[in-house]
Amino acid sequence: MTDATYNSSAAATGRPVRRDIGIKRRYAAERRFRLYGIIAIAIGIFFLFALLSSVISNGYTAFWQTTIELPVKLDEKIIDPSNQRATNPNVLMTANYPVVVRNALAEKLGVAATDRPAMREVSKFFSDGVRNQLREMVVANPSLIGTTQTIPVLASGDIDSAFKGQIDLSVDQANRKVSDQQVGWMKKLADEGVMKEKFNTGLFTYGASSRPETAGLGVALIGSLYMMLIVLVLALPIGVAASIYLEEYAKKNRLTDLIEVNINNLAAVPSIVYGLLGLAVFINLVGLPRSASLVGGLVLTLMTLPTIIIATRAALRAVPPSIRAAALGLGASKTQMVFHHVLPLAAPGILTGTIIGLAHALGETAPLLLIGMVAFVVGYPTTPMDPATALPVQIYMWANEAERAFVERTSGAIIVLLLFLAVMNIGAIILRRRFERRW
Amino acid sequence: MSVLLVLLIVFGIGLVGFFVGRQRARAKETVGIKVHSRAHYHGWWVFLVTVLPALLFIVLWTAGSSIYLEHSAEASLPPQTATSALASRGLALDMVKSLAAGLERLDPTERQNLPQSYTDLRALLGTKGVALASEGQDYMLPIAERWESQAITARHLGAGIAFALAVAGLIFGLSGIHPRARARNNVERIVLWGLLAASTIAILTTVGIIFSMLFQTIKFFQDVSPWNFFFGTVWDPRFADAGSGGAEGQFGLIPLLAGTLYIALVAMLVAVPIGLFAAIYMAEYATPRVRAIVKPLLEILAGIPTIVYGFFALITVGPFLRDMSAAISGGPAFIMSQSVLTAGLVMGIMLIPFVSSLSDDIITAVPGAMRDGSLGLGATRSETVKRVILPAALPGIVGALLLTASRAIGETMIVVLAAGVAARLNINPFDAMTTITVKIVNQLTGDLEFDSPQTLVAFALGLTLFFLTLAMNIFALYIVRKYREQYE
Repeated sequence: MTDATYNSSAAATGRPVRRDIGIKRRYAAERRFRLYGIIAIAIGIFFLFALLSSVISNGYTAFWQTTIELPVKLDEKIIDPSNQRATNPNVLMTANYPVVVRNALAEKLGVAATDRPAMREVSKFFSDGVRNQLREMVVANPSLIGTTQTIPVLASGDIDSAFKGQIDLSVDQANRKVSDQQVGWMKKLADEGVMKEKFNTGLFTYGASSRPETAGLGVALIGSLYMMLIVLVLALPIGVAASIYLEEYAKKNRLTDLIEVNINNLAAVPSIVYGLLGLAVFINLVGLPRSASLVGGLVLTLMTLPTIIIATRAALRAVPPSIRAAALGLGASKTQMVFHHVLPLAAPGILTGTIIGLAHALGETAPLLLIGMVAFVVGYPTTPMDPATALPVQIYMWANEAERAFVERTSGAIIVLLLFLAVMNIGAIILRRRFERRW
Repeated sequence: MSVLLVLLIVFGIGLVGFFVGRQRARAKETVGIKVHSRAHYHGWWVFLVTVLPALLFIVLWTAGSSIYLEHSAEASLPPQTATSALASRGLALDMVKSLAAGLERLDPTERQNLPQSYTDLRALLGTKGVALASEGQDYMLPIAERWESQAITARHLGAGIAFALAVAGLIFGLSGIHPRARARNNVERIVLWGLLAASTIAILTTVGIIFSMLFQTIKFFQDVSPWNFFFGTVWDPRFADAGSGGAEGQFGLIPLLAGTLYIALVAMLVAVPIGLFAAIYMAEYATPRVRAIVKPLLEILAGIPTIVYGFFALITVGPFLRDMSAAISGGPAFIMSQSVLTAGLVMGIMLIPFVSSLSDDIITAVPGAMRDGSLGLGATRSETVKRVILPAALPGIVGALLLTASRAIGETMIVVLAAGVAARLNINPFDAMTTITVKIVNQLTGDLEFDSPQTLVAFALGLTLFFLTLAMNIFALYIVRKYREQYE
C-alpha cells in the first residue's frame, strides 16, 4: 500500500513529495569536498606568505646600517710614533687605527682615557672594520696624518642590532650583549644626530668577514655572475644543438631512444649528485682548483642542460610543419631549413626556457657545497679560476652563524637572491607573452 | 705562450681563411659557370678545415703532455720511506707541481741564481704571491725545475704544431675553392656531426656520474665491506688524521636511509593531500579567473630556492614548533628545533606545487566525455571526481607522486639546515634524524683526502641515492607512459 500513502500525502499537501535519495547528504558531501579544495589552496598560499613575510620582516633592516659620523684626529703619535713612514711603508699598514677611532669616540662621549672599563666598552661600540677603512685612507694619502677628518664609522654588530631595536633591552644587563652604558651612549649620539642608519652599500661590496657589520655579498655576487655566464655560454649552444639533432635529424633508433631516456632521467637526478660528479671529475681527475667559479659553472651547466633541452625541444615542436615544408619546397637544404627558418621562430621559446634554467642554477646550493664553494673569500675573484663563493652558498654560510646581526644579513641576502630570481622569471614571462606565436 | 693565446691565434687564422675564402669564391662566381655552393659556404669550409684539426690537436696535446709530465716527475721522486715527512706520493707530487707553476713567475735574472734550498725558494716565491706548503723538501727543487723546462718545451712545440696545422688547413681549404666544389654539403656534414656530439653530452654526463661514483665506491669497499655498509646500523665515521690509519669508523647506511625515508614520508603526508585537493579544485571547480591567480601563486613556491626553505625552517618553523610544544606541555619542549617534523613539514611545503601542477595536468587530460557522462547521469561534481576522474587518472597520479617522492629523497639544503646531524634510529618524529644527503655534505666539506674511507663513503652514499631515485623515476615514467597510451 505504499503507493496509496504516497498519493494521499501528495494530495494532502498539494505538491509531489520526492523520494529521499540522499540529495541533502550528497550535496553536503559536495560542499565539504569543495571546501577541502579551498582549504588546501588557502594553506598553500598561507605558507607562501608566511615564508615571504618571515624573510622580509627579518631581512629588510639589513639594507640599513648604523653609522656614526665622527671627527677623527689621525694622531701621528699613534699611527707612526717613531716617524718612520718615509723609510718603512709597513708602518702605515700595521698601525693601530682602531685606537685612533676609540680615542675620538671617547672624547665625543666624554669618557676619560684613564677609565679603563669604560674605554673597553667604547672599543666594542664601533666595528673593527675601521682598521681597513682608515688604513686605505691613510696609505692612499699619508698627508692626512695629523689632521682631523670626519669619517663615517660603522657601529659594531651588536650595537647595530640594538639600535634597530632587535635586542630586548628589558633583559638584565648581564644576559645581553649590549651594556646599559652603551645604550646610554647610543641614545646620546642619536639625539645629537651623529648616529643614524644609512643605506648599507657594504652589503653589496664587502667580501667574507667574521664580523656581521663588515660581511657582504661582493664576492658571492661576482662568483654567481661568473657561473651564470659560464652556464649561459656553454649550456645554451650545447642544449640547442642537442635539441635540434634530436628533434629534426635523429632517426628513431636505439641511440636516439637511449639519449631521450637519459635526458629525462638527468632532469630528475638529485642536484647533489652533480656535485659529486664535479668533485670526482673536474677537481680530482682534471685537477681544476677547488672553490673556483669555473668548476661551479661547469657543474651547473651539466645540471641545467636537461632543462634547456626539454624546453628547446618543446619550442621546436611548436613550429608548424608547413614552415619546414615551405622552406624545403623552395629549395633550402635541411640545414638551411632548420637554421634559417625553424630556429628563429623557436627562439622566444628557447630563450624563455634558458632563463628559467638559469634561474634554477642561480638558486642551487647543494652541488656547490661539495666543490668547495664554502670558502672564506675576502678579496674579489679576478678570474673564474680564483676562489669565490656563490649567492646561495653565502646564504648557507651565514645561516650557520649564531649572531642576531647575521640572521638579518642572511635574510637580506635571501631578499637579494629572490629579487634576482623574480626579475629573471618576470623577464621570461614577458618574453613569452610578447613573442610567443600560436599557429 | 698560454693555451688561450694559441687558441686566439688559431681562430684568427681561421677568420682570415673565412674572409679570403669567401672573397675567392665570389670572384669565381662571375666566370659564368653554374656554381654549386654560395660563397659564404666556401668561407665557412675554409674556416672549419683551418680551425678544427688545430683545435683537436691542442686538446689532445695539452691533456697528453700534462699526463706525460706527471708520470716522468713521479718516476723521479725518491721512493717512499717510513720516515718521509709527507704522507703520500700524491701529496709530494702536488707540491712539485705547484713549485713548477711558481717557477714560471720568476723573471730571467732570478732564474739564473735560483736559491738551492726549498725554504729560500718558498720565501722568494712568496713575494711573487705564490703560496707554498712549508713541508717541502730540497729534493723537489731539481724535479720541479726539470718539470718546468719540459712544460715550456712542450708548450712551444705544441703551439708550433698547432700553427702549422692551421696554416696547412688554410692552404688546403683555399686551394679547394672552385665553382663545382660541394662546400655546402661539407659544411652541413660537419654541422650535423657537431649536433650529434652535443646530444651525446647527455649520455656522457650519465656515464660520468655513474663511473666517477663507481670508482670511488669500489675503492671504499676495499676498506669497508659492502655488508657492513648496506646493513650496518651504526654510523660513526671517526675522522682520523691522514696516515695514522688507526681509527676505523663504522659506516652503516641503515640509520641514514631510515632518516631519509622518514623525512620524505612526513613531507609526502603534508604535500599529497594539500597538493591533490588544490589540483582537484583548480581543475574542476575554479573559475578561469581564480585559476589564473592561484596557479601562479602556488608555482612561486616551486621557484623559491631550497636554501631559502632551509633558512625558513631553521629560523621560523623550528623555533615555532619548539615553543608551541613547550606551551602545550607546560614544561620542557618535546619537539626539538631540528627535527624530522620540522624538516618534513617544510619539505612538504616545497613539494606542494610539484604535486599540484603534475596532478592538475593529469586531471585535465582525462577526456571530457567521461566527465560529461558522469554529470549527465546525475552525479555531483565531487562524485564525478571520486568515482570517475580519479580512478581514470590514478596511474598518472601515482607516477607524479613517485616523481615527487624521489625529489624528497634527493633534497639536500632543507635537511642540512633543519633535520640535524645525529645519525640514529628512532621513530619519534619530534627528534632529530639525519639523511643520506646531509652526510654527503658533512663528509665532503672541509679538507678532503681522496684515499680515506671518510671521504670515499660520500660517493658510496651518492651512488645509493642515485640508484634509489633512478629506480623511482624510471618506474614513474613507465607508469605515466603506459597511462598516456590508454587515452590517445
